[in-house]
Amino acid sequence: TYVEDEEREEIDKSLWNGVVVYVEHTYGKIHPVTFELLGKARELAEEINHEVICLFAGYNIADKGGELIQFGADRVYIYDEKELEDYRVEPYAAVFEDFIKHQKPSVVLVGGTTVGRSLAPRVAARFRTGLTADCTSLSIDENTDLAQIRPAFGGNIMAHIKTRDKRPQFATVRYKIFSAMEKDERRAGTIEICSISKELLKSGITVLESKEKPKAKYIEDAEVLVVAGKGIQKEEDLAIIYELADQLGAMVASTRPLIEAGWTDPKVQIGLSGRTVKPKLIITCGVSGSVQFIAGMKNSEQIIAINTDPNAPIFNIANYSVVGDIYEVIPKLLEKLKLEKREKIEVFV
Amino acid sequence: MDITVCIKQVPSTSEVEIDQETGNLKRDGVDAKINPYDLFAIEGAVQIKEQTGATINVVTMGPNQAADILHEAFTLGADHGYLITDRKCAGADVLATAKALSEGIKKIGKADLIICGKQTTDGDTAQVGAEIAELLDIPHANNILAIKEIKKESLVVDVDMPTMIQTIEIKLPCLISVDKDLNQPRLPSYKVKKATKNKEITAYGVCDFEDSNEMHYGMNGSATQVIRIFPPTSNSNTESWEGTSDELATKIADKIVELKIL
Ligand SMILES: Cc1cc2nc3c(=O)[nH]c(=O)nc-3n(C[C@H](O)[C@H](O)[C@H](O)COP(=O)(O)OP(=O)(O)OC[C@H]3O[C@@H](n4cnc5c(N)ncnc54)[C@H](O)[C@@H]3O)c2cc1C
Ligand SMILES: Cc1cc2nc3c(=O)[nH]c(=O)nc-3n(C[C@H](O)[C@H](O)[C@H](O)COP(=O)(O)OP(=O)(O)OC[C@H]3O[C@@H](n4cnc5c(N)ncnc54)[C@H](O)[C@@H]3O)c2cc1C
Repeated sequence: TYVEDEEREEIDKSLWNGVVVYVEHTYGKIHPVTFELLGKARELAEEINHEVICLFAGYNIADKGGELIQFGADRVYIYDEKELEDYRVEPYAAVFEDFIKHQKPSVVLVGGTTVGRSLAPRVAARFRTGLTADCTSLSIDENTDLAQIRPAFGGNIMAHIKTRDKRPQFATVRYKIFSAMEKDERRAGTIEICSISKELLKSGITVLESKEKPKAKYIEDAEVLVVAGKGIQKEEDLAIIYELADQLGAMVASTRPLIEAGWTDPKVQIGLSGRTVKPKLIITCGVSGSVQFIAGMKNSEQIIAINTDPNAPIFNIANYSVVGDIYEVIPKLLEKLKLEKREKIEVFV
Repeated sequence: MDITVCIKQVPSTSEVEIDQETGNLKRDGVDAKINPYDLFAIEGAVQIKEQTGATINVVTMGPNQAADILHEAFTLGADHGYLITDRKCAGADVLATAKALSEGIKKIGKADLIICGKQTTDGDTAQVGAEIAELLDIPHANNILAIKEIKKESLVVDVDMPTMIQTIEIKLPCLISVDKDLNQPRLPSYKVKKATKNKEITAYGVCDFEDSNEMHYGMNGSATQVIRIFPPTSNSNTESWEGTSDELATKIADKIVELKIL
């Protein structure tokens, strides 16, 4: 039919240029996922000879674009407006729309944060284009089609997805999936301040209050867990476990015997009669790995187990089996982590 | 107040298998249920109904069997059920799903508030809500942790932001997607189940919509294409480390850096 011919018409992909990174930030403080996306955007852009472009929207941010260039952007477009002080979806979507209409980019990458996952679908729908959620791998074809891989069904299935007939191609990516490139203070790039009609920045949303988020309260919500087992001999010795957790921004959990001894709170028991956890990383310290304990943590993404007994059952499910004494290994590990952190801070200051 | 809750039927288990020959998901014989996140959306609506006497419409897009979850929603407190079912809607991505749902919502009539779950347990994109809001041109907020106040023309809600919790006032009509901490969903009432067993469900197809151009729905209206699905490479990566405490500590520290934990 006529309609079909009209609407399925092939688009001219050569009219859509550039790999865009949306700059995620809180009151001007740039979220590190942005630098990771810039690293990936550079790779993709070089593959197809495009530029890496940043969209940076907020208030009082005009002087903050330089860092984006040092981490890989060729051009930074800044919208600096009072109406953009707090994140509200309609003015941010209006700015995004304005930017896309002017730039006509091929690819748009947005951090898979709670804000990114609210804004990206809003804008993708406005352009009636595709958005692939939570990509874990991205590559690009010569014809500028983005090959996107993402997990679905709670990670039990991977899907390879393309947006063949539409531009721009939107994708969200979570924090800590890709790697930022090293900061290069000599990298050159341009920064442009954009203006937009105030008419377009209206919102049905008023922000009444913003407060810092409380830290994760429950071990089920923690990204990283350090688990103390009976390999800990005295209550005071838990100090090294807490220090390790502190260094890693982790929460402490334990096996049942420590709870029975009154050393740890019942709320932090992992296992059949405790809680089920699935963190990104779990480090078990002096835990044998009883069936009841393993039932509560076997789906953790990465398991590092430290135990003196090479035959401990925990080693059957650990990704990294460390045959060693927690009283010796953990203090050494703490030294190394502190050193590592110091180096990292130096890079970022 | 008229509330529309969007609910989806999903497989009971996320342990899906792929048919080695066709490369498709094996869906036969898999039980289905309400997307667990949508139970928080229904409960949120029912609590508002208890406070204000609102009417609750539930809508789903899916095959005929998806009517089951509408009946289930009745037992939880929903008043009217709408099923969008049409072969022309098959194979929809988020854009085409949001298109069908937004047209369905317009057809149902007045909706002061639309509530979605945070995400599904199958497609798992968490995008449908925001796209419906865009197509209806109303404000939306995702990741709602608490509904604090229901006013005549607005809601006050807590929103989960990357590093903050924002309390916002959002004008009606609007759409919110709710997180699992919002409430504790009630159990279905047996009494209501008996009473609503034969309750009618209204079915819509593309031809009932204001925009009945079939190019905007299902596979035709989708912007993304799933090229292939495959099982994840299993995380069966195992190594055993022995050595001096110092060597072991170095290996652990390197791994922690590699996993981007620091
Ligand atoms: C019905 C039922 C339900 C249960 N539910 C739970 C539950 O939910 N959660 C739970 O945890 N338990 C549960 N248990 C108890 C469970 O069976 C185990 O007894 C318990 O998990 C063991 O805890 P553990 O690994 O800390 O101690 P142990 O089994 O005593 O292991 C201690 C380990 O530390 C190692 N070690 C010792 N010194 C060192 C050192 N210096 N450095 C390194 N390693 C060292 C040892 O080699 C040993 O492997 C349940 C039991 C029953 C019967
Ligand atoms: C493996 C796989 C990967 C996919 N990846 C993508 C992708 O990256 N991008 C893309 O555009 N599509 C993708 N799809 C298609 C997508 O899953 C479907 O379009 C689906 O209809 C809606 O997305 P969802 O399940 O992710 O819903 P979500 O966006 O996660 O759902 C959020 C809320 O929207 C409401 N809702 C969602 N679907 C319905 C419905 N049918 N009826 C009523 N309410 C509903 C519910 O309230 C739900 O809680 C993928 C499909 C598969 C099988």
